[in-house]
Amino acid sequence: MMEHPYLVEVKNLKQYFPVAGGRLFEKKVVKAVDNVSFGIKKGETLGLVGESGCGKTTTGRTLLRLHEPTAGNIFFDGEDITRVNMLPYRRKMQIVFQDPYASLDPRMTVGDIIGEAIDIHHLAAGKKDRRDQIISLLATVGLNSEHANRYPHEFSGGQRQRVGIARALAVNPQFIVCDEPVSALDVSIQAQVVNMFEQLQEELGLTYLFIAHDLSIVKHISNRIGVMYLGKIVELADSYELTFHSVHPYTRSLISAIPVADPKTSRKAKRIVLEGDVPSPVNPPSGCRFRTRCAYGDELCAAQEPEWREVSTGHFAACHHLDQVN
Amino acid sequence: MSNNKISLQLNVEDFLPASDAEKERLTVMQRSVGFWKDGVRRLKKNKISMISLVVIILIFFLSFIVPGIYPYSYEHQIRGSENLAPMQYSQTEMNAMETGEHVFPHILGTDNLGRDYAIRVMMGSRVSLMVGLIASGIILFIGSLYGSVAGFFGGWVDMIMMRIVDMIYTVPDILIIILLSVAFDQPLKALSQKAGFQWIQVVGVNLISIFVVFALLYWVGMARIVRSQILILKEQEYVTAARALGASSGHIIKKHLLTNCIGTLIVTTTLQIPSSIFTESFLSFLGLGVAAPMPSLGSLASAALNGLQSYPHRLFAPALAISVIILSFNLLGDGLRDAFDPKLRD
Amino acid sequence: MSEYLVNIEHECLSFFTPAGEVKALNDVSLHLDEGEILGIVGESGSGKSVTAYSLMGLTAYPGRLISGSLQFNGHQIERMTEKEMRKIRGNDISIIFQDPMTSLNPVYTIGNQITEVVMLHTNKNRRQAMERARELLTLVGINEPEKRLKQYPHELSGGMRQRVMIAIALACEPKLLIADEPTTALDVTIQAQILELMMELKEKLGMAIIMITHDLGVVANMCDRIAVMYAGKVVEYGSTDDIFYNPGHEYTKGLLRSIPKLTEKEHSKLIPIEGSPVDMLNPPDGCPFAPRCEACMKICLREMPPYTDLSDIHYSACWLLQKQEFEKQTQKGEA
Repeated sequence: MMEHPYLVEVKNLKQYFPVAGGRLFEKKVVKAVDNVSFGIKKGETLGLVGESGCGKTTTGRTLLRLHEPTAGNIFFDGEDITRVNMLPYRRKMQIVFQDPYASLDPRMTVGDIIGEAIDIHHLAAGKKDRRDQIISLLATVGLNSEHANRYPHEFSGGQRQRVGIARALAVNPQFIVCDEPVSALDVSIQAQVVNMFEQLQEELGLTYLFIAHDLSIVKHISNRIGVMYLGKIVELADSYELTFHSVHPYTRSLISAIPVADPKTSRKAKRIVLEGDVPSPVNPPSGCRFRTRCAYGDELCAAQEPEWREVSTGHFAACHHLDQVN
Repeated sequence: MSNNKISLQLNVEDFLPASDAEKERLTVMQRSVGFWKDGVRRLKKNKISMISLVVIILIFFLSFIVPGIYPYSYEHQIRGSENLAPMQYSQTEMNAMETGEHVFPHILGTDNLGRDYAIRVMMGSRVSLMVGLIASGIILFIGSLYGSVAGFFGGWVDMIMMRIVDMIYTVPDILIIILLSVAFDQPLKALSQKAGFQWIQVVGVNLISIFVVFALLYWVGMARIVRSQILILKEQEYVTAARALGASSGHIIKKHLLTNCIGTLIVTTTLQIPSSIFTESFLSFLGLGVAAPMPSLGSLASAALNGLQSYPHRLFAPALAISVIILSFNLLGDGLRDAFDPKLRD
Repeated sequence: MSEYLVNIEHECLSFFTPAGEVKALNDVSLHLDEGEILGIVGESGSGKSVTAYSLMGLTAYPGRLISGSLQFNGHQIERMTEKEMRKIRGNDISIIFQDPMTSLNPVYTIGNQITEVVMLHTNKNRRQAMERARELLTLVGINEPEKRLKQYPHELSGGMRQRVMIAIALACEPKLLIADEPTTALDVTIQAQILELMMELKEKLGMAIIMITHDLGVVANMCDRIAVMYAGKVVEYGSTDDIFYNPGHEYTKGLLRSIPKLTEKEHSKLIPIEGSPVDMLNPPDGCPFAPRCEACMKICLREMPPYTDLSDIHYSACWLLQKQEFEKQTQKGEA
């Protein structure tokens, strides 16, 4: 039997949301995710970065079919799961959310929140087994058994996020979508949670899709990184390659815009400051979407969408003027 | 910007590393406070709500417990004691007292058929309260079920269900009650002859019509409120999390949506009770309520209108009772809403 | 000492909430010269925003200043009446907030909101104020100012709204601009634009800036001085180079170690600060950072550490530094 190269794969994924407003019979859509394709190997972490409106969160949720895709295909371990009943796959693919305050039901105890996962999939042989599993999961994320009877509002942000991770782990998944899991946490807590993600990946052999807007954290935890802009992936490469040898003008300005926590380097840095604002996803620019803010944009960019090309081994980008940029 | 001098009174041992145990002692979690305990605590602090609660308990006591031990019954017509003023004794009674018999005074006098008025007011309160509670229960059940289904499924299901609600809103309720009373009159009378259905005669066809109408028409307000709550709640991230775990729609509605609505449901129901009581009183006042001789605060008020000049207390007593009941439930409901509103917390 | 533009000394401020007293500021001292940029770095609960708000007199009930001296431009803020404060706010001190959507009034046009400030503090009439508003929009890099003046906040993007906030703040050419996490809610590329704008304006107008943020990268680039706050106390204060290259406090060191650096070539494990932030309703006696500190000593749990000078302008509150200082002095004494 052939081993599939990717554990999770999406091909030509599209997610369009209808938008209110507009004239009577005009159907306006937000092209949140527009023809996105990538694959994630087993045990790998693929990072997905981009700014607001780029579609990274929507991609993650559509991958889990929390939104039904408008078009395209999703594959898990070689099987096309775009239109099947997701219940058995919910055990294999899980998600950790951004907001530790909103993603836990305030009326349930922490133990019940984790237990819900166990109950839905009938993973416990009885009450005692259920309790044992919950305690073991709490221990895995660094909380102790007495926390099981407490309510979410009694915990700090970092602890609540740990509860969210324990819940995702309760079904023993192979793949976890991490949807901006540390963005809402204090800086001193972020490192704790990031380390936990790494440790769990080592111990349990997990595969991650790590979505964030902070490239520093994404680079730290990911093997490969994809950069999104207005619903499209503009560049995809190995982390080191992307950070130091990026080719797409957007990636380069993104990297240059990140403030470096080092005064000497910061003073010397040459910043590529992008003009203008991010265009509206309801009405994206024709051709290459980035052209309105790009120093190299011209009529070719307006007329034609750039092709997704392999620039060097494993390094892909979509831009008409790659040679000019570099 | 410093005070560098170290006092030589400090112990050298103080500068040894602290153990983990010593550090942990400082990070204790606070006492666990559940949602209900917190809400009850806030409610207790609200003096007005507490007073209303006491008044309501008193009213329940007077309506349900006291009639059991009261010497008079609401339907007993005492010959010779018609139209007595409050605390007045009839000739027969005074004769009886002279012979040493102890006659309990008529605190509110008697009506034109010689029935003790105080017990009739108490029974009237009981009827009004029961109608209010049962009707609110019906509204709660139908309204929350309808509202949660509409809110949860959204889309055209929601649209159709809400258009039906809009249509129901336009229906004139009094008209329907009258029509139903007329329509139900014969069939229910026939039914009440059969075994096990005698209570229909006691309660009266009209009252049954009222309950039917409540079930048909009055739940729409609750449905709208529940639907809007559900619409907000279903966008919460913990609902998405439950879906990601593979929870079914039913599981989500039951475990996540309705439980988070309970605060609203309790408050809305508590505020619905006085509204139902008022509706019943007003219908009874019009003569569409309970059948005689069963009293209702509304029917008592209605009957008292005739003799208003000579016996004003016959109107004031039931009117005061209605006012007190409705006011206390409203104040309690307000207090509950303030106590359990998550946005007002901390 | 009174030549500083801003001089806060031993400020203690608490909020009296139904749940108890929250000691938001516990003996905070800071100072700032004219034309300088001070960065206040800290996490939630550190008191960084409260310090700035207290300087503007915006910490009303349930907050109360318990003690301390707040000096701005020669005035004693804590002794001023509300009327006197209003003359200063928007005029000598301005503030820009984190979320431009909620700090701009959605029912008034941009032009209206800028002219409001101008007319409040100057004698200009409406037409002159509009002219000034146009000037300001151009100053903050908003093109088509005529069009923008007539628009409402929701019609502008996040970056543009923040520029409008800056325009409003600079309308009366204040001596001090307080920026409370001005770019936290913005995308990184927009953040770069806004920070660059602020630096340009500072050069042009010569105002001092207090930059409040949790992002060490932002302060590395912009600030001359940095104050690190934790649980209502300034735990370290120094020049930018001091803080980044010679940190004295364990918390500062911990923060620097725990942030992933984009430019590092090798993957090294992040070294987090263990434990959780302080519960401000129930702060520990002694150093607030002690339970999370690797170098925690017994005395740290009991008593608040005094400040130790590490250089002329660099100081930190830590018992370990006191111990090292003491050892140095005893060695000198013995030598």
